[in-house]
Amino acid sequence: MLVVSAIISGLGLGSMYGLIALGFHVTYVVSNTVNFSQGSSMMLGAVLGYVFGIRLGWPMPLAILIALILCALFGLVVERTLVRPFAERGSNAWLMATVAGGIVLDNSVLFTFGKEPRGFPSVLATKPIDLFGAGVYPLQLVIPLAGLGIAVALHLALNRTRVGKALLAVVQNKDAAQLMGINVRLAVASSFALSTVLAGLAGLLIAPLYSVHSDMGTLFGIKAFAVAILGGITSAWGVMLAGLVYGLLEALVTAFFGSTYTQIVVFSVVIVALTLMPNGLLGRAAVNKV
Amino acid sequence: MPTRTRIPHVTRRLLLAATAATVFAVPALAQDTLKLGLVAAMSGQSAKSGEAIVRGLSIAIDEINAKGGLLGKKVELLVRDDESNPAKGAVAARELVQREKVVALFGGLDTPVSIAIVPFANQNKVPFMGVWAAGTPITRNGAAENYAFRVSAVDELVDVALVEYAVKKYGAKNPGMILINNPWGESNEKGLKAALEARKLPYAGIEKFETGDVDVVPQLSRLKQAGADVLFLVANVAPSSQVVKSLDRMSWDVPIVSHWGPAGGRFSELAGASAAKVHFIQTFSFSGNDSPKAKALFEALRKKYPEIKSFADVTPAVGIANAYDGMHLIALAIGKAGSTEGPKIRAALYEIDKYEGLIKTYAKPFTPTNHDALSAQDYIFTYFKGDEILPLTQ
Repeated sequence: MLVVSAIISGLGLGSMYGLIALGFHVTYVVSNTVNFSQGSSMMLGAVLGYVFGIRLGWPMPLAILIALILCALFGLVVERTLVRPFAERGSNAWLMATVAGGIVLDNSVLFTFGKEPRGFPSVLATKPIDLFGAGVYPLQLVIPLAGLGIAVALHLALNRTRVGKALLAVVQNKDAAQLMGINVRLAVASSFALSTVLAGLAGLLIAPLYSVHSDMGTLFGIKAFAVAILGGITSAWGVMLAGLVYGLLEALVTAFFGSTYTQIVVFSVVIVALTLMPNGLLGRAAVNKV
Repeated sequence: MPTRTRIPHVTRRLLLAATAATVFAVPALAQDTLKLGLVAAMSGQSAKSGEAIVRGLSIAIDEINAKGGLLGKKVELLVRDDESNPAKGAVAARELVQREKVVALFGGLDTPVSIAIVPFANQNKVPFMGVWAAGTPITRNGAAENYAFRVSAVDELVDVALVEYAVKKYGAKNPGMILINNPWGESNEKGLKAALEARKLPYAGIEKFETGDVDVVPQLSRLKQAGADVLFLVANVAPSSQVVKSLDRMSWDVPIVSHWGPAGGRFSELAGASAAKVHFIQTFSFSGNDSPKAKALFEALRKKYPEIKSFADVTPAVGIANAYDGMHLIALAIGKAGSTEGPKIRAALYEIDKYEGLIKTYAKPFTPTNHDALSAQDYIFTYFKGDEILPLTQ
């Protein structure tokens, strides 16, 4: 009973981490940069979904669609104002700029959305169903499926389609890619839009299990980055797998050793894993092609 | 052709002088009032608590001023936001005492902020009245000359009350603890252990969880396996609701006896239908309260703050009630002392024999060995019905 419920909890949590971590993967493979406000993007998705779907009472599918479109716009703004001006000058200041952008967004939402955490009810999270003796909401099964589905789609899109290959070409050699007629700026901008959409989707999926508030994404953002690194940020599969491993580890350690040891054990394992496999579970070593 | 005209030096100096005169003139004008300071969370997640305290203090001050004020002066409240940050709270307290010369300080919801302010209050001999934060060491701080008083719950006594309630109401034999992983949780871990020890009761286990935890099932499963028959819950509103949701998912129907965290927000919205199962402690409730004083206060609140329409708009009422009684007790002491000097007010607080307050009739509320006006007998257990906090009859 303890094991089953821990495994279900772990897989559910892990796929949420994986979903946000995929956003780190997407921008990294295209531009070698990441958006450190992924946690805030996740929060944005949930808050917008709440405002449109619950406060304004729009039909849920429409609310989710508009929320995700606005998340994509946020990604474009992040890329244009917080990443491009620095990355194009060869500076690493986008690192701090995206962190700062996330803090600005969190606080803007605090002032506009309000200070109190709000509940985001969902039909998929009202009645638990019995799974091997442990209770689970249908939504908890949707999240891993969505995560795996998106990882598969990303993998296929990047490796099997023309657009995907064009995106990968961008990171290998920007100038050559440009000479081959690939619109580099558009490619990078779209990868940021996609990454914030993934985070926003994660936020919308998590919200009913959690509550909606302005700093709900902070911890998720940090854990998701650990997951991205652990999985090998260059591999969509690796990232998703690492998410599941991380979530499982968290839940199992809590179940068997007690919550006091969770963070100590989990992060120690992350360190050991990275020492043994510096490129992550499924990542490839970075090769600079000259 | 230069079109810009330069401001002559004389005018600039005049401007400066005028500005300076206005700046310094304002405190001079305001000196006719007797100033009291409040340092509380007015922004951030706990902003509602600050609002409640301001409301309670303001109604009491209105009543005092209507009767002619204190020592012949009108009472004025100065509010500073601590943003739940101890460092900011300490700076604000310093500013209020040294610049604004407040006669006494009131504290807010956050125990760490109050703990940061109290040593300063003791050093400067300014009475500090806690009206929300329950941390035991706020009033029991070990200072030789202690200026910290409180009209609120005290963790140590709350824990005794929680254990007593669990035993009386549910016949608890092997309770488990699910506590937030921060100093507040730790302080109650100590208190609960001591309270159980005093009753020679064992406990099934102690589990901690984080504010950001989505899934508390692993912790709760451990407590269930250890045979917990009642759960003690200590956490703020959002994390408390995660515990309730996790219990729902496990279909584990176990009695939950809680500190007052759930009262701090929209608990029933966050936790769903099972929110009503959580029985939590309060010092006061408007609902089911027939006392004329409670009715009069609610009317006064409705008149002063039109956005208040029903009892659901003044949850949790503890902040308002504690602040209201705390203000009147301080006012009584200032009147008795006939002075705004801290040591004299402190001595006068000890001399209050009887005060017919809102929460109860206080008999000798403060003594040199007890700076807490409320005791374990003054706590009530409540639950959420919809948006409203209702008292439970034991």
